[in-house]
Amino acid sequence: MKHLSERVERLAPSGIRRFFDLAGSMEDVISLGVGEPDFVTPWNVREASFAALEQGYTAYSANAGLVELRQEIRLYMQEKFSIDYQVADEIIVTTGASEGLDLAFRTLINPGDEVIVVEPAFVSYAPLIELAGGIPIAAACRAEDGFTIQPETIEAVITERTKAIIFCFPSNPTGSVMTRDQLADLALLAKKHDLYVISDEIYAELSYEDEPTCFATLPDMRERTIVINGFSKAFAMTGWRLGFTCAPPAISQAMLKVHQYGMMCAPTLVQFAGIEALRSRHKTVPDMVRSYRQRRNYFVKALNDAGLPTHSPGGAFYAFPYIGGTGLTSEEFAEQLLLAERVAVVPGSVFGASGEGYVRASYASSIEQLQQAIHRINRFMQHLNQKQVELSNPSR
Amino acid sequence: MIVYTDKQLELLELLTQNGPVDSALAAQMLNLTEDEVLSSLETFKQDGVLLGYTAVIDWQKIHAHHGVTAFIDVKVTPKRGRGFDEVAERIHRFPEVTSLYLMSGAYDLQVVLDGKSLQEVSQFVSEKLSTLDSVISTTTHFRLKTYKHDGVLFSQNDGDKRLKVSP
Repeated sequence: MKHLSERVERLAPSGIRRFFDLAGSMEDVISLGVGEPDFVTPWNVREASFAALEQGYTAYSANAGLVELRQEIRLYMQEKFSIDYQVADEIIVTTGASEGLDLAFRTLINPGDEVIVVEPAFVSYAPLIELAGGIPIAAACRAEDGFTIQPETIEAVITERTKAIIFCFPSNPTGSVMTRDQLADLALLAKKHDLYVISDEIYAELSYEDEPTCFATLPDMRERTIVINGFSKAFAMTGWRLGFTCAPPAISQAMLKVHQYGMMCAPTLVQFAGIEALRSRHKTVPDMVRSYRQRRNYFVKALNDAGLPTHSPGGAFYAFPYIGGTGLTSEEFAEQLLLAERVAVVPGSVFGASGEGYVRASYASSIEQLQQAIHRINRFMQHLNQKQVELSNPSR
Repeated sequence: MIVYTDKQLELLELLTQNGPVDSALAAQMLNLTEDEVLSSLETFKQDGVLLGYTAVIDWQKIHAHHGVTAFIDVKVTPKRGRGFDEVAERIHRFPEVTSLYLMSGAYDLQVVLDGKSLQEVSQFVSEKLSTLDSVISTTTHFRLKTYKHDGVLFSQNDGDKRLKVSP
C-alpha cells in the first residue's frame, strides 16, 4: 500500500490521549483534566432544539448559517464588544470554534508560511497549522508576566515568512488575560509587520476581573483580524459543536469557500439552540460565571496553600500551578498524582514546551470535588516532601 | 427593606444553594475574611432574613416511612382591620402545617400539611380547619409523587457525562 499523507503521518498524537486512556482505566478518579464546563446546557436552550426538531427544521441552512442566528451574533458582538459585523458577509456559523480555526488557517496559509503561536496554547493550533501547510512558531508567555505575552518575544521570532499570529485570551491552559493596553502593543506589531491576527475569544464570557477586549476593536485591527468564538464554554454547549467567526468580507468570503466545500453548514437544529442561547444569555451566563469565580477563588488559594505556586487566573476555568519545585517534570507529576491519589490533571508540556513545569487543573467541578481533590493533592505533596527529606538525609 | 452589599447577597445565594456553609470555605469563595462571613451571617439572623436551614430528603425512598402531604386551598372571609393575618396566624400555629401562603386567584390561603395518614389529614380539615369562623370552604389535594422540591431534583441524578480528560 502507498504511504498515507506525509503531513498527517508527521503529526504527533495528542499528549492528552495517554492521560485520557490512563484515567479512563481507573476507578474513583477526580478529574481536573476536563476542558469543558461542568454545567449541562441550560434547559431553555435544549428545549429550543426540540422545538426546531418538532417543527421539522431538518434541512441544510445557508452555508454561512441561519440568518436569524447571524443577526443574534451581530447583536451580541455589538453589545458585548461594541463592534459591528455585517450579517451578509462578515459572520460565519461554524461547527464548533475548532472548525473556525481550521477555516482561518486554511484560508490564510500558503505552503511554508509561518504562524506564530502564543504558548502555552490549546493543543490544536500547531497541528492545524501544519495540516494547512504552514509552520507553527512558538512564542512563549512567561510566568513572571502572569502568562501574558511580551511584544519583544513575538518580534524576536518574526521573519519574512511570518504570515499570522494566533493567541487565546482568556487562555487555555493558563487562564491568563491580557489587558486592552497589552493587546494594543500586539496590535502595533501586527500592523508594523503586516500580520494577520487570529484571536481565539472562546473564553471571553468567562472573564472574572475586567470586561474582555475583542482584538478587532483595537485601532486598524478589524481589517486584519479573524475573531474565533463559539458557544461551548459560555453556554456549556461543548458537545453541540457550534461556533462562529467574524472577519472582514474579503477574508470571510474566502473562508466561506472552505466551509461550504468542507462542511456545507453547521447542523441546523444546533443553530436554533444557538439563537436561544444568545437571546437568553443575560439570564443564564451570569450565574455560571459567578459560580466559576467562587470556585476559582477557593481553588487557586488552596493550591498555593498546598505548596504549588499558582497565579490568579483572570478568566476561563483553569488553574496553572507551578510544580517544578517538586523536582518532577509536568508529565511525571501528573502521572504520579493520578496513580497515587487518583486526581487527573493535564501536564503543562502538552500545551507547548513553555508549559513544562506546570500542570493544568480545571476548576469546573463541584466545590465538594475540588475540596476532595485538594485534600488528595495535599497528601501527595506531603509524601513527595517526605521522600525528598529521606533522600537528603540517607540513613545508614 | 434591608439593603445588603453584593458580597452579602452572593453569600445568601450560596446559603440558598448549599445550606449551612463552612465559613472558611465561603470566605475563600467570595474573597472575604472569615470574620466578615461570620459577621454577615450574624447580621442576616438579627435582621430576620436568615431564618433557618432544612434538609431536602426524599422520604419516598425510605422503607416504612408513612406519611402524606396535602395542599389545601382555603377560602376565608378577611377580618376588618386585620385582613387575612388573623386567620393565617390561627392556622399556622398547628404543628402539622408545614407551609402557609396567601395566594392570588381562586382561593385565599394555601395550607401545606404533613400528616401520618389520609385519616389524620381529613380529621384536621374537618375538625380544625373548617370549623374556624372565617373559613368559607376548603379543597384538599394530596401529593402523589415529588419530582422536584426547592430546586432539587428527586429523579435519578444523571451525573457527569464528560470525558475524564479533554483538551
